[in-house]
Amino acid sequence: MKQRRVPLFLKRRSYRKRRLRDAARMLPVFGLFLLLVPVLWRPAETVRADTAPDGIYLFVVWFGLILVAALMAPGLTEESGGDDPEEG
Amino acid sequence: MPFNLLVLACLGYVAFLFAVAFLAERRAAMGRVGWLRSPLIYTLSLSIYCTAWTFYGAVGYAARSGLEFLTIYLGPTLVFVGWWLLLRKLVRIGRQQRVTSIADLISSRFGKSNLLGIVVTLLAVVAATPYIALQLQSVTLSFAVFASETPEGWALPDRDATAIWVAAGLALFTILFGTRNLDANEQHHGVVLAIAVEAVVKLLALLAVGVFVVWGLAGGPADVFARIEASELRDWPLEPGRWTGLIFVSAAAVICLPRMFQVMVVEGGDERHLARASWAFPAYLLLMSLFIVPIAVVGLERMPDGANPDMFVLTLPLAEGQGTLAMLAFLGGFSSATSMVIVESIALATMVSNHVVMPIWLKLRPKAALTGDVRRTVILSRRLAIVAVLSLGYLYYRMSGGSAALAAIGLIAFVGMAQVMPVLVGGLFWRGATKVGAVAGLVTGFVVWAYTLYLPSFGPDAALSAAVFAEGPGGIGWLRPQALFGVEGLDPLLHALVWSIALNTFAFCLFSVLTFPGPVERMQGAAFVNVFDAEAAGPKGWTRGWAEPEALLMMTQRILGEEAALALFAAEARAQGKDGFLPEPTPDFVAGLERRLAGSVGAATAHAMISQLVGRATVSVEDLMAVANETAQIMEYSAQLETQREELTRTAQQLREANEKLTQLSVQKDAFLSQISHELRTPMTSIRAFSEILTEGDLPPEMVANYGRIIHEEAIRLTRLLDDLLDLSVLENGSVQLNIGLANLQQLIDRALAAAGHTRPERSFLILRDLPAENLFVRTDADRLVQVFINLISNARKYCDAAAPELRIVVRQRAGRVSVDFIDNGSGIPKQSQRIIFEKFARLTDQTRAGGAGLGLAICREVMANLGGGIDYLPGQGGAAFRVTLPLRLEQKAA
Repeated sequence: MKQRRVPLFLKRRSYRKRRLRDAARMLPVFGLFLLLVPVLWRPAETVRADTAPDGIYLFVVWFGLILVAALMAPGLTEESGGDDPEEG
Repeated sequence: MPFNLLVLACLGYVAFLFAVAFLAERRAAMGRVGWLRSPLIYTLSLSIYCTAWTFYGAVGYAARSGLEFLTIYLGPTLVFVGWWLLLRKLVRIGRQQRVTSIADLISSRFGKSNLLGIVVTLLAVVAATPYIALQLQSVTLSFAVFASETPEGWALPDRDATAIWVAAGLALFTILFGTRNLDANEQHHGVVLAIAVEAVVKLLALLAVGVFVVWGLAGGPADVFARIEASELRDWPLEPGRWTGLIFVSAAAVICLPRMFQVMVVEGGDERHLARASWAFPAYLLLMSLFIVPIAVVGLERMPDGANPDMFVLTLPLAEGQGTLAMLAFLGGFSSATSMVIVESIALATMVSNHVVMPIWLKLRPKAALTGDVRRTVILSRRLAIVAVLSLGYLYYRMSGGSAALAAIGLIAFVGMAQVMPVLVGGLFWRGATKVGAVAGLVTGFVVWAYTLYLPSFGPDAALSAAVFAEGPGGIGWLRPQALFGVEGLDPLLHALVWSIALNTFAFCLFSVLTFPGPVERMQGAAFVNVFDAEAAGPKGWTRGWAEPEALLMMTQRILGEEAALALFAAEARAQGKDGFLPEPTPDFVAGLERRLAGSVGAATAHAMISQLVGRATVSVEDLMAVANETAQIMEYSAQLETQREELTRTAQQLREANEKLTQLSVQKDAFLSQISHELRTPMTSIRAFSEILTEGDLPPEMVANYGRIIHEEAIRLTRLLDDLLDLSVLENGSVQLNIGLANLQQLIDRALAAAGHTRPERSFLILRDLPAENLFVRTDADRLVQVFINLISNARKYCDAAAPELRIVVRQRAGRVSVDFIDNGSGIPKQSQRIIFEKFARLTDQTRAGGAGLGLAICREVMANLGGGIDYLPGQGGAAFRVTLPLRLEQKAA
């Protein structure tokens, strides 16, 4: 293999891969936090929550989660974790 | 819209789905799975999460509780974007252990316990029944909506009749495509493709209605925003507890619902599929939810008071005179309902047959594993289970009167299935989780759920009396179903969720910590929890017992079918460096075989069946410790050493076999040499003797003629022997000229049967043939092929020792190859001889009976090799059985 002559590059690559997996594990946790935020904020006039702004917020968070997951998915499947032993 | 047109469209749509499923099955049967297994189809098939409850009910839910409906889709979104955490492991285990259902997974993890399988099956059936009823109800309701709109005043005769027709139609479809064959790993390509198509239909339908509402009825997104601000939906009741709880429960449901587990794990997803689905499935859910609130708001604005918001998706276009759109919406709803019911009933039927029917059947008839037709029993029990599950759904629908709001029923089912979640997660990540703990947790959760949510859902005085609601059973106040332990004022759903999951988890953990797991349990626990790094060093479960490979093969044939079983055994034998169909029953092989069988009948049943052959003593705790030590030692060796050692063992095995064969052959060759000298000498002697007499002359003419004839006959015998030897050497050199042409296999077999009739013509043979299967054209050298057939049939005529001899000829065609089996009902060929019969000069019986030089099968083998095929002995067929395989079209070798 050509890349074997550049160990630093390889190291960085597998390091990135590990962190990408970490990110994949964190994503649902941050996602849950963002989805629970509407519980915290105060509605505009009435006591109950406002449908339209809340709805837009939730859909934006939702779309963001999908986008991040889509960006991470290809990196997570390559070589499908075969040669690289799982840590922790 | 005329009602008849609606029914017609409905039937047309169903016929279309039938066609799709049929074509997919046919494609898969031909081995061209290709895009049927693509991530796209996988993602679309996941959309059975969106049932009629989503399609119709979400708008109703939004009209009642605002944005709370989103929780049902946000939970699954979190699970899927976090697939690396849980789903990846689940799918990997599912593939590795060939899991057939969620009940099978739990049962397999906790020592292949059938009790657990039954508990989960029971839970799933109870939770799914109202859910199936809900689908029937929504289809019936949507029919009713159209019926009431008809201008000619046509009224639906009977809603129950509609429901029963729908249920019967679904049962038929499910039985046709869900239980066609007992396939390895329970994959149903036809069903999966059909639900993928339905996924597209329901998404398009809902989007079309949404677009019509936002841009047709309202003036675009800004206008919709303003309308929401002005409507009664302006505020929504955000209860933190319910919001969090529902996100949790839907996240659990998307993993545990039998139908989701079926498409996600059982139908064969892998990491590549999951990676795509991790964002594509949430995107699908987002699109499904995008227009729900606008439809609800505009519906509330425009529809008369008292109109059922659950039906807005349908009634809104109808009220606006959009017949085509309404039709599309109707088909969308129909799709959502039908796909859910089909997959759910397949999943439940698999559970019922694998965990309830099969164990009982095996207990009643322990010998059935070897003699009975297991496949037929399994398939029959699945079909009956499908009918039973749908009947239960229909009964629930009849009894509940179909009145409750859709959302409520769906959530009850969700909370029910969520009871599996603690045990599932615990089983996947905690090796200390035990069977007793799992049973305790599941039963606790099930009972609490039934008592606090399921039974109360029937209303006061239906399942539980009003007095129990008010004062608790027997006046014990802290046991009131909706205020357990005095926790009052909670929303009933949240109350049930919190208590059932909390007590469930507590019981599971407590009993797991207190009990000691059995050896199989510990083995399975390690295999599940360490699925990613223990693939190579998994403990071997069957180190103690030993089974006759032929018996294993016979049992496997009963479950997987003859073809698949033979292929599996042949592959393993090849991997061990052996020829033929009978590998050594190594612990690895038996464990692999058990997993393979588990893919059809579930882990617990497969384990029980293998135990019958291998012996009960599978492993003990001491064995496990030894295995662990061994594993540790093996890990010290370098990987290279390990492979070298394996290779050496394999080579040694091959050498040993070759040596054995050589020794046998050498003995045989000596025997043959004396035989052939004898064969050559006898005719030579008589030729010499008679020719001497003839040269003396002075003989009567009739004696001259007689002696001349004898000399001629003996010369022919000599020539035939030499011809055979010559033929064989030509074939072996590969310098034979093949005369390739198109020939009908049936005619070839006819020819061979006629020609072989001269061998021992006094014996009357019963020939069993399947003429339609034989009627196919092959491109090959017909004369050579007939030569092989004649040889095999003659052999059967010579050696079959049954009182009423029978010869079965079975022709099969698969993937461009044809196999012709010749199976007689004699005593067959002993195992130790099976390997040498194809060798030159090999003879099994004494020479006077055989009458040949032992070249027949050797010639057959060379002929078949020249025809691009082969000939093998098939063990375990109840007699001598030979399989001739050849390509459908033989391509002329480039010179």
